[in-house]
This record gives sequence, C-alpha cells and structure tokens, in this order.
Amino acid sequence: MTARIERPLSPHLQTYRFTLTMAMSIIHRITGIALYFGTLLLVWWLIAAASGPTAYSHVQAFTTSFIGRLVVFGYTWALLHHMLSGIRHFFWDLGYGFKPNEREALTWAALIGGISLTVLLWIAAYAIGGGR
Amino acid sequence: MTTPDSASPRSMRTPLGRVRSLGASHSGTFDFWIQRLTAVASVLLILPVVIVVMMLLGRNQAGAAQVLGAPLVAIILLLFIIATAWHMKIGMQVVIEDYVHNEKIKLAAIMANNFFSFAVALASIYAILKLSSGV
Repeated sequence: MTARIERPLSPHLQTYRFTLTMAMSIIHRITGIALYFGTLLLVWWLIAAASGPTAYSHVQAFTTSFIGRLVVFGYTWALLHHMLSGIRHFFWDLGYGFKPNEREALTWAALIGGISLTVLLWIAAYAIGGGR
Repeated sequence: MTTPDSASPRSMRTPLGRVRSLGASHSGTFDFWIQRLTAVASVLLILPVVIVVMMLLGRNQAGAAQVLGAPLVAIILLLFIIATAWHMKIGMQVVIEDYVHNEKIKLAAIMANNFFSFAVALASIYAILKLSSGV
C-alpha cells in the first residue's frame, strides 16, 4: 500500500437525474437550517414575555405585521415539514419503505402533510386568536 | 510514491487501522443516537407545544406571563427547548462538516454552532424559569 489508488469520486449533485426524494433531502436540510436561525424568534419572544409589557409589545408589533406574519407562517411550515420529513426517516431507519413506490408515497405524504397541517393550524390560530 | 498519510512500505498496519478514529467528527455514534432521541422527543412534544402557543394567541404580556408561568406549561416548553436545541446543534454540525473543508474554519464554525445553540437554550430556559418564579 505505497501508491495512492485513483478511486472514482462521487459525481456532483447536478449530474444526477432529478428525483423527488433527492429534492426532499435538500428541503429537509434547508428547513433545518431555517429552524436553527428561527429559534432566535422564540428566544426573543420568551425573553420579552419575561421582561415586561413594553418588550412584549415590540414582539407583538412584529408578529402582527405582514413581514412578521410571513416569517412565522414560514417557520410553522418549516417546523411541521421538517417533523414529517423526519418521521419518514424513522421508517427508513427501521428498515421499512425502501421500495420505489413506498419511498415516493412517504415523501408525498410528508410534503402534502406539512402544507396541510400548516394551513389547518393557521385557520385554527385565526379562529382562536381572533376570538380573544 | 509516498504520501504523508500512507504508511511506510514496512508497516504492518492495515489501511483500516490507519484511518480508525480519524473521521470528521472524532467521535462515534453518540450524536447519531442523540439526534434520533431528540427527534422522537420533539415529535412527542409538538402537540402540547402547539396547544401552549394557541393558548397564548391574542394575549397581552400579563396574560402570556400567567400562562407561561404555569408549571405544566413551563415543563413542556423546557423539555421542548432542551430537545430541539440539542437536535439543532447536532444537525448544524453535520452541515458544517459536509461543506466546510478548511480544518481551522471548520473548528471555528463548530465552536460558533455550540455557542449559538447553548445560548439559545440557556436564554429560553432562563426566561421560562423567571416567568415561573414570578420575579
């Protein structure tokens, strides 16, 4: 073992044919990164609640603004999507769902489930929040 | 040809023996296990957390502080924060190890990741405990 063996390298992402599971893998990572920085919102909100009315009103001014609503809506989707996509990974970790139709079905379920749950949750949020 | 990472021709060490413990993370499967453990914990906690958030909608600071100070609410949020902060720390480390190839920048990025995740967790925990004690 003196000489270095020239082994083939893994081709770059764009060489592969586009597949749904591949796209979902990328989305899983992107939502993870988004949630990572999104925790700053959670921290801001909790510290504001612990600080007092003025600090809390700043948070509420943001969350009730258009941009704020958009960010929190995006955060809700990223969280639920990442969760469902992650549950899909549990199936695979346990050795299930590797057939082509199964992995496609799992992936579609996570994708559609994430969007549906987000919309449902926001309808519920408006119904509850609006009534208070 | 002899490269710096190849053994001398007389060495009895196998290729596997030379690379053992030289992986990117310098650790074993602990993070792999914790990543799944914290994921399951987060899934179990998501429904209670969503309910807590729903309870807080439309409330002012006094109302929110009252809800967040309730023992059950505080415990649910504390568990969720510990699980997610740990989960995101491991997840970001995987991303860093995948894309940052310069060893020194990688170490700095992993340090920053640890600082950020720990600070997020501690700040949240402090806020919740402060609300619980009502100080």
